[in-house]
Amino acid sequence: MSDLTLLGAAETAAVIASGEVSARDVASAHLDRIEQTDAAVHAFLHVDRDFTLAQAGAVDQARSDGAALGALAGVPLALKDVFTMKGAPTTCGSKILEGWRPPYDSTVVERLKAGGIVVLGKTNMDEFAMGSSTENSAYGVTRNPWNLDRIPGGSSGGSSAAVAARQAPLAIGTDTGGSIRQPAAVTGIVGVKPTYGGVSRYGLVAFSSSLDQGGPLARSVLDAALLHEVIAGHDPRDATSIEAPVPPVVAAARGELGGVAGMKVGIVAQLQGEGYQPGVQARFAEVVELLTALGAEVVEVSCPSFDYALPAYYLIAPSECSSNLARFDGMRYGLRAGDDGENGVEQVMAITRAAGFGPEVKRRIMLGTYALSAGYYDAYYGQAQKVRTLIRRDFESAYAKVDVLLSPTTPTVAFPIGERADDPIAMYKADLATLPSSLYGGPAMSLPAGLGDDDLPVGVQLMAAVQRDEQVYRVGAVLEATLQQRWGGSLLDRVPELATGGAA
Amino acid sequence: MPALDRDDIAHLARLSRLQLTDSELDQYGGQLDVILSAVARVAEVAADDVPPTTHAVPVVNVARPDVIVPCLAREDVLAGAPAAEDDRFRVPRILDQEEQ
Repeated sequence: MSDLTLLGAAETAAVIASGEVSARDVASAHLDRIEQTDAAVHAFLHVDRDFTLAQAGAVDQARSDGAALGALAGVPLALKDVFTMKGAPTTCGSKILEGWRPPYDSTVVERLKAGGIVVLGKTNMDEFAMGSSTENSAYGVTRNPWNLDRIPGGSSGGSSAAVAARQAPLAIGTDTGGSIRQPAAVTGIVGVKPTYGGVSRYGLVAFSSSLDQGGPLARSVLDAALLHEVIAGHDPRDATSIEAPVPPVVAAARGELGGVAGMKVGIVAQLQGEGYQPGVQARFAEVVELLTALGAEVVEVSCPSFDYALPAYYLIAPSECSSNLARFDGMRYGLRAGDDGENGVEQVMAITRAAGFGPEVKRRIMLGTYALSAGYYDAYYGQAQKVRTLIRRDFESAYAKVDVLLSPTTPTVAFPIGERADDPIAMYKADLATLPSSLYGGPAMSLPAGLGDDDLPVGVQLMAAVQRDEQVYRVGAVLEATLQQRWGGSLLDRVPELATGGAA
Repeated sequence: MPALDRDDIAHLARLSRLQLTDSELDQYGGQLDVILSAVARVAEVAADDVPPTTHAVPVVNVARPDVIVPCLAREDVLAGAPAAEDDRFRVPRILDQEEQ
């Protein structure tokens, strides 16, 4: 068998199911690849070879016992370190949880295990998912496999880098304001934020509860759909989980729901033009042309409230964060500092939190505390929630006219590591195009559209109405097939070969 | 929008249970001012008659069946605690000296 790390998830599942290779062989090949390349990329915070091989061995055993196995049984996956999993630490990229081993599995992990998916390890992220570059991790930056001096996006930057570097065919990320889609865009892979409530948040360490959503990262639209189907569905342990069937995402990705001919695609006037790099605009224009050539009806739609998505998001998310992160008080889990027998509990909490949280988390906790405080609540948090209503109305009136909306995923290609580290507002602008659908709650996909400025990947974003996740897969699959025909293969074939050395 | 002075930032840090150094107070003060003036733009939107949206997909009164399910094992939970004693979390004193 040639290099197993070159295969996508569906292909990997097929060669395992055929008996050509074992799940153990596949896991081993990816563990070797991680060992060879992660000194350069630093996608992973935790890898445990024995733990991974034991999972793979169990899948092989179940197969030889004749058990019915899932569509992705034996396929390896990189898990963002914000989901709890027994037998491994969960840090959320923060010193305040260094070494914490959760006593329970998240629902996402339970479903991965039930599907026979093999977890390779936990991936790096911006601390508590706050950031767009993975530079806010307490455990060092992750590098973009396309150019090691560039960011891999964030906050799911370890997950995107692992998939682009062929360390894993699949990864799980979370998206609060763009943290799956933006990393997927800047590393040339597919990333999907499902409809809010589509994937359980149980065991996902909360940042902004009304926005957080787990979802798949993969090398193809079909692979993303297969993983989406494994992790999605109602969970009584998450009160905001949607009690309805999972939209037919796999059928859509396989083209079984039809192509794009006759579909109506809306171009959002507010999500293009000024502020978007020339290379991003050029790739976006090509995709629009392509859709027209394929028979879709492309129209421009105006969503004026989207201009206020960024300020609304940076009030709502920090407000919810300041409340959610109050649980990290040094009493029940994680770090405790200053417990010298003299300091009282309030002092110990303040010392612990000052020592355990990084600068961006501190900024957002204070910003949220301010926005929620008496006298400012109506002007900030209350007003932001009203803007959220207006954004939802813009989406609803757009979806009354079109099936999907289209925009660039990010204004620029991957920026250099360090470039925006001291400028929070510049960093926040990386999420300009992804924030509206987060505030609305609808599904959204980022899909590779080619290379832009500095020969780095550009992504386009497909958005659809709440619970119409299949629509983004349907259009995404057609676009992917047409673009790959034009490119003569996957965009990822062009990732420069990484220096392979021993692990650091 | 009132600019945040040093005392405001120190007050926010106290409310946030963050023991910050003087140089951190200065650093965050400047940054929070910049961020707040950027997000204050939400006030430009005329929205007096607009109801707030608290959740993306509205759900009301979600209840589960009233069935007892096992909780986590005590030793598993305490294994992750920074300090434990007598099968409980050990915490620093919760009252000030003068209150004791």
